[in-house]
Amino acid sequence: MGKLRSLLAGVFAAGLLAAPAIAQEDEMPNEKWSFNGVFGTFDLAAAQRGYQVYANVCANCHSMQMLHYRDLSGIGLDAAEIKAIAAGITVPSGLDDQGNPKEGPATPANQFKSPFANEAAARAANNGALPPDLSLIVDAREGGANYIYGILTGFGQPPSGFKMQDGMYYNRMFPGHQIGMPQPLQDGTVEYVDGTPNTMNQEAHDVVTFLAWAADPETVERKQIGVRVVLFLMFMTGLTYAVKRKVWSNVPH
Amino acid sequence: MAGLTKSEFANPVINWIDTRLPIFTMLQKEYGVFPTPKNFNYFWNFGALAMVCLAIMIITGIFLAMNYQPNTELAFNSIQHIMRDVNYGWLLRYVHQNGASMFFIVTYIHIFRGLYYGSYKTPRELLWMLGVVILLVMMATAFMGYVLPWGQMSYWGATVITNLFSAFPVVGPKIVTLLWGGFSVDNPTLNRFFALHYLLPFVLVGVVFLHIAALHITGSNNPLGIDVKSPQDTLPFHPYYTIKDSVGICVFLIVWAIFVFFVPHTLGDPNNFIPANPLQTPADIVPEWYFLPYYAILRSVPNKLLGVCMMFGSLIVLFVLPWLDTSRVRSARFRPIYRQLIWVWVLSFVVLGYCGMHKPEGIYVVLSRVATLYYFLHFLVILPILGKLERPLPLPESISQPVLRGRGGGPLPGSATAKPMEKA
Repeated sequence: MGKLRSLLAGVFAAGLLAAPAIAQEDEMPNEKWSFNGVFGTFDLAAAQRGYQVYANVCANCHSMQMLHYRDLSGIGLDAAEIKAIAAGITVPSGLDDQGNPKEGPATPANQFKSPFANEAAARAANNGALPPDLSLIVDAREGGANYIYGILTGFGQPPSGFKMQDGMYYNRMFPGHQIGMPQPLQDGTVEYVDGTPNTMNQEAHDVVTFLAWAADPETVERKQIGVRVVLFLMFMTGLTYAVKRKVWSNVPH
Repeated sequence: MAGLTKSEFANPVINWIDTRLPIFTMLQKEYGVFPTPKNFNYFWNFGALAMVCLAIMIITGIFLAMNYQPNTELAFNSIQHIMRDVNYGWLLRYVHQNGASMFFIVTYIHIFRGLYYGSYKTPRELLWMLGVVILLVMMATAFMGYVLPWGQMSYWGATVITNLFSAFPVVGPKIVTLLWGGFSVDNPTLNRFFALHYLLPFVLVGVVFLHIAALHITGSNNPLGIDVKSPQDTLPFHPYYTIKDSVGICVFLIVWAIFVFFVPHTLGDPNNFIPANPLQTPADIVPEWYFLPYYAILRSVPNKLLGVCMMFGSLIVLFVLPWLDTSRVRSARFRPIYRQLIWVWVLSFVVLGYCGMHKPEGIYVVLSRVATLYYFLHFLVILPILGKLERPLPLPESISQPVLRGRGGGPLPGSATAKPMEKA
């Protein structure tokens, strides 16, 4: 009896606390994403730049444990490029002859390397906060890609009178406006090899494109199959309906 | 009464089998020539659609089970393994995940059909009750299936729902321990939920078989709600209804495909993409949409035990519906008042679903209480009294009569005279 009560009471209290925050929250950005819509596909150049942003910036704190280096073929990298990326990263690679754990260059079959050995280490290095795994982050937040974009571009000075806790940063988008992550992207944080202007908005847009791909790498194939399946089913509907009319044509009903 | 069947099939192999085990004769009798009222509308598709759902869910589920790990350490990642590494694993999983919603949509419409056209009335009481059993087993299966991905909503949904049983005095806490296989939702819980989630669909197949067997004894109801009087009122099931069901199945699969291929996450909760964390409660614990009305009933009552009883009662009351409704007229077409009130009941159900989405505060408390009150009032008070007070419209003499001599009885959409060719 008590358990559910307190649970519901907790939910209720959380609602009261969150309510004023939600009221003044910034509006959800409405970015134009290449992967939206029935025929949308990932802008591969943006996703590759996004991987660069992830690898140079996000990966210092955030893991992406659901991804393997081989998966990067999905954003248009070829086998040699993936091999080169993996080879540049040192990961644990089994045991040596003495039975001691050893390290070596990663292969395309390896998982993305996590920045911290475990949750405790991650919290210790981040003022007690746990940087979430980014593999599914776009699916795991209400608002998806737009919300993540809003967080990345939502840092700023707190309004006067807003009381900040120690070690927290002001963010317009974040519920409660206090986030444990310092502003990760600024104009010029990464140097793009393809010469794309490296404004903060561009970097955020690129990395969110990469993260959206990482969360649902099957998106493009799924939609392409979907168009064919729906067209086929519409054809079948027409066909069966015509047969139905024919079969029923001699029945008064 | 042993003895060989006299088979009428010309094919010697079929004849040989049929003589010894008359499955072909049975199929021919129950699905070939089975006399079916000729006046079904498209609402009568939904039983077949539910069968299609069950079959697709079992098939996709078996293949998912081959790649799923029912262990709290591995479950969440094994789902992502299915989504990313198993060939067309994402397709299997999205079909199965969205399939649960499709199954409930179809079943709710099927039940509404039964309510509107009085399909629960004598002699179909047992058929209806078996249907309610199917609904309950379906709900248990869906609930346990939702726990398997072991995301935040899986975990906390399981915690809240299993905790409901603790409301029952004396045995309550023992039931909860038994459900959990321990003292909190943990690995044993996940293991047994997986075992039961795999078992219950086959129980469903059994009950569905009984449901259909009972249907084939009483025969189908029809939109007029009157009995079949002569062979003139019926058509053989095949090809007339096999083809009509096929049309419905195609349309239904389009709807399902749109969810699977274009908006697979729409019916889910973003929180379930976060691995289960017993130390962190999500801001808002909401069940899947198909449980929202019952969740709202639960939360509309300030007392937990009473709330739980009312939640289960809202389903149990369906078992006795055939005896609560005292009207002998089946179809709402001929019941001018019931025809309005059934929509009020539907409205109360929808309002409850809407309230279930929101935190129980302010207007939602009032709304869900009013809707809960009507939900029960409708079954427990209005239906028993209405049957005595209402003056039904005159019933047509037979199913064929309204077709042959213009429609009798109640007002119907469209023109009063049947125009066969235009209505096909």
